[in-house]
Amino acid sequence: MEKVIITVVGKDTVGIIARVCTYLADNHINILDISQTIVSGYFNMMMVVDMGTSDKKFADLADNLDAIGEDIGVVIHAQKEEIFDMMHRI
Amino acid sequence: MINLFEVNETNNMIEKDNLDVRTITLGLSLLDCADSDIDKVCDKIYDKITHKAEHLVETGEEISREFGIPIVNKRISVTPISLIGGGAARNTDDFVKIAKTLDKAAGTVGVNFLGGYSALVNQGMTHADELLIRSIPDALSQTELVCSSVNLGSTRDGINMDAVRLMGEIILDTARNTADRDCLGCAKLVVFTNAPDNNPFMAGAFHGVTQPDAVINVGVSGPGVVKYALSKVRGADFETLCETIKKTAFKVTRVGQLVAKEASRMLDVPFGIVDLSLAPTPAIGDSVADILCEMGLEYAGAPGTTAALAMLNDQVKKGGVMASSYVGGLSGAFIPVSEDQGMIDAVEAGALTVEKLEAMTCVCSVGLDMIAIPGDTKATTISGIIADEMAIGMINQKTTAVRVIPVIGKGVGDKVEFGGLLGYAPIMPVNQFSCDAFINRTGRIPAPVHSFKN
Repeated sequence: MEKVIITVVGKDTVGIIARVCTYLADNHINILDISQTIVSGYFNMMMVVDMGTSDKKFADLADNLDAIGEDIGVVIHAQKEEIFDMMHRI
Repeated sequence: MINLFEVNETNNMIEKDNLDVRTITLGLSLLDCADSDIDKVCDKIYDKITHKAEHLVETGEEISREFGIPIVNKRISVTPISLIGGGAARNTDDFVKIAKTLDKAAGTVGVNFLGGYSALVNQGMTHADELLIRSIPDALSQTELVCSSVNLGSTRDGINMDAVRLMGEIILDTARNTADRDCLGCAKLVVFTNAPDNNPFMAGAFHGVTQPDAVINVGVSGPGVVKYALSKVRGADFETLCETIKKTAFKVTRVGQLVAKEASRMLDVPFGIVDLSLAPTPAIGDSVADILCEMGLEYAGAPGTTAALAMLNDQVKKGGVMASSYVGGLSGAFIPVSEDQGMIDAVEAGALTVEKLEAMTCVCSVGLDMIAIPGDTKATTISGIIADEMAIGMINQKTTAVRVIPVIGKGVGDKVEFGGLLGYAPIMPVNQFSCDAFINRTGRIPAPVHSFKN
């Protein structure tokens, strides 16, 4: 399993989750967990996904998500899970 | 599983509080490049560096992308060049030739700096050591990326006062040779006592002879992260203050450990150490002085500064040590003046003097760092400042260093601009009373009694 954390931050608008999920489904990337909040109109979402089932390279995934984010006016980051595990788990 | 709160905490540290990995430094042994022919030495050095460090920069960028953490610098440290060039160099020009080769190799592989144009002369100088030291002003004025360091003493060996006297002159000559570039050469030259041979930070990085052929050392940073954490415990007791620093240092260091392990795996080079450092930059909010202010000081330099810094330094180590499997280098809070906006503000407000900085170096990781002084300062005065700092390191069994920049043609009240991570600095006054007769004595200061531990 290759876990990647995708975060989406920006002004709330229709179809943010749909766009990201469609992209992931098209590329055979399985979503393991989603959590989301809206704070003063700002959309804040985190997804844990598994890239193990996809042919995509990590760098391409990150670039594609950047482009989708730019298109819908939000910031999308993809980061490998280890940085969060290292920092928050002993 | 990781939750939204934890992800946001990490990403806020990176995006808002300037958390970064300051440097991935590839240590390279050049011992196998020694030869009796200077051109052969240069060819071997160039080939080894460009071969071994070929993928260093792209690997750093790939890791940065994967984890979403900036890796600011990719650097190389090499075996002290006095050992490598000693068999071939007949004069200072031969050593300058090696410096130019190092510069060219560093440029080819795309690193920010290369350290190790160095000599270790704790107890005395070999002929090669002295030639290298005397070549430093030319070497640093004719290269861009090469950094130089000289270790002048240690707790075990005492202080080589002949070399201390010589370095006062060399620092002034380096300033004169780079006067047209705001004396930038001196920003790439540092003198040490008890220099660590696995330090990833410049200008003092070199690859010690006890190290393997190649090694990855990583320096972390994160003053902004510590400051933000402390802003949430204003008015709390010292226990809370210390716990907050420790927990934050742990988190920051874990990122360094991750990056070091990943770089080691990708480059197939052994992991050496993580240097647990709070290294500031001129960026607003990325300041060690600001942490001291957050603790309750009006400016760095106010009474209480040494105590606050001692506590900060100790808690950073306590938090960081558990976060990494191997800790080394300088490990502690850095207090450079020009690279820290809070320190610059303190100097301009009249709160911080060279003497107070000297006291602060007794309790933090390094020494008098990136301090601009008047260009007409005498060589013996610079040597006196160095001797004081070396004595602090020798007696306290710690690393101390001096990186001062005599700014030719400028005096107290003027400013000097180095640019980039090196920042800018107001020129600070130095004590005008003479130490000529002390510095002009020859020989060395013996090792202190508490060094005899066998």
